[in-house]
Amino acid sequence: MNGRPLAGTIASAARWICGAQVTWRAGFPENRQTIFFANHTSHLDFVVLWASLPRAMREKTRPIAAQDYWETGVRRMLAVEVFNSLLVPRHGGERTREVAAKATIDHIAQEMGDRYSLIIFPEGTRGDGQAVAPFKSGLYYLCLQKPQVQLVPAYLENLNRILPKGEFLPVPFISRVTFGAPEFFDPADSKASFIQRMHRAVCELRAP
Amino acid sequence: MTIAGRLFDQKLVWACGAILVLLIVATTIGLILRTVVKDPASSGAIDNLNARMRSWWVMCLIFGLTLVVGPTGSLVLFGLISFFALREYLSLVATRRADHHTLFWTFFIFTPLQYYLLSIRWLGFFIVIPVYAFLFIPAAMALAGDSKAFLERAAKIQWGLMLCVYCLSYAPALLTLQIPGYAPDAKLLLFLVIVDQLSDVLQYVFGKLLGRHKIAPAISPNKTWEGFLGGTLSAAAIGTAMWWLTPFSIPVAAVISLTITLLGFAGGLVMSAIKRDLGVKDYGTMIGGHGGILDRMDSLIFAAPVFFHIVRFFYGMS
Repeated sequence: MNGRPLAGTIASAARWICGAQVTWRAGFPENRQTIFFANHTSHLDFVVLWASLPRAMREKTRPIAAQDYWETGVRRMLAVEVFNSLLVPRHGGERTREVAAKATIDHIAQEMGDRYSLIIFPEGTRGDGQAVAPFKSGLYYLCLQKPQVQLVPAYLENLNRILPKGEFLPVPFISRVTFGAPEFFDPADSKASFIQRMHRAVCELRAP
Repeated sequence: MTIAGRLFDQKLVWACGAILVLLIVATTIGLILRTVVKDPASSGAIDNLNARMRSWWVMCLIFGLTLVVGPTGSLVLFGLISFFALREYLSLVATRRADHHTLFWTFFIFTPLQYYLLSIRWLGFFIVIPVYAFLFIPAAMALAGDSKAFLERAAKIQWGLMLCVYCLSYAPALLTLQIPGYAPDAKLLLFLVIVDQLSDVLQYVFGKLLGRHKIAPAISPNKTWEGFLGGTLSAAAIGTAMWWLTPFSIPVAAVISLTITLLGFAGGLVMSAIKRDLGVKDYGTMIGGHGGILDRMDSLIFAAPVFFHIVRFFYGMS
């Protein structure tokens, strides 16, 4: 890895602008292959979450971003060149949805290999910062292929107030990033119960 | 006055020397307490004392440097303090999605404008926030078209701007005062900050040592009559003893110092009431041991405007 100095600079700036207060509820997780998953309310989410990670983990962590939004121009440069994001399609295109989704999961698992960690927003789209929307099932299918990775939940707070959906001028609120204890995939889990358990893990990190 | 002029201003050097001695003595006491007291029950309070002392060194150093640089230095410093105080306050109070543009104006137009007007010494700084921002905020919010808790949201933003920006900006505004036969320069601001902050510290110390009877337990469990009387009176006494920094006679210095300490107390109480209402202990985490910037500035927010107007009314030109 080339250290990504520009990403480091942008991340520090974003963390400073967003006044991110980072809490590790259960201490730092083990430095191994990890999927960080969080609620999603703002384009700032992945930058701030990435910037909140310890340096050693940051260098191996790639955000997953929607291809349709991040594919062109400056966005692409930021997402792909700077943050080494993994762009995935949100819609199936010509093939049926299931086949396309399966191909996407295969692609992500392949890109992860044994090396890269991921940042995922399983809600699939940005919410309003109030309720955490139900999770999509991509996380479950990914875990079927990568059952050994640790799953670290995170709750992002106030980032939607800094840069809500549809705005491009930020307001400098203080934000909070709270990481929880690692979860693990259990092959005995059904899809629904696993997704619910992950959803609960994120919601439990909300400030009381 | 030039930077060199301030560096060799005897009164300024004496006042800064006194602060330095105070810092050294308090830091030494903190370190002695840490080695002497073995009781685990009070070690938390002593760690907090030492954390507070470390922050005091940093705050005094930054404040001192900006004083020496001159009015621009102090304006930049207080401008940043206002910005970060406003950020702490607005992050805690509830706003809605429709307030986004109004909030952008609050942070990036009105806050810098207030300090810009001070820097060009235009007296319009008195009215821009209480008149124009006061009317602009609800108008912009009404245009955004969300009426839910309208009055509450508008008031919260207006209060933030008044407390964190308008009131606080009166402290560096002291540097723009013109007083016949006295160059206010850094000394008047230094006087205000010393009396105000010492009053806070001494109320804390007297409260910890002698505090028995609570003043307003529902608002601030740490404020006691013993701390209030001991702190405000002793800080007023120190202010009186520093009359030579100011254009005041000794009795006037006593009255004005007492006014500063009483207003500072009121500021602390009001800002505590807001914290209780919001359900938080501190406004932030920016200043180690103290909490947020607003936790340190609460008393100055109330003392600065009144001090400014007293001095301007009785001593100012025009």
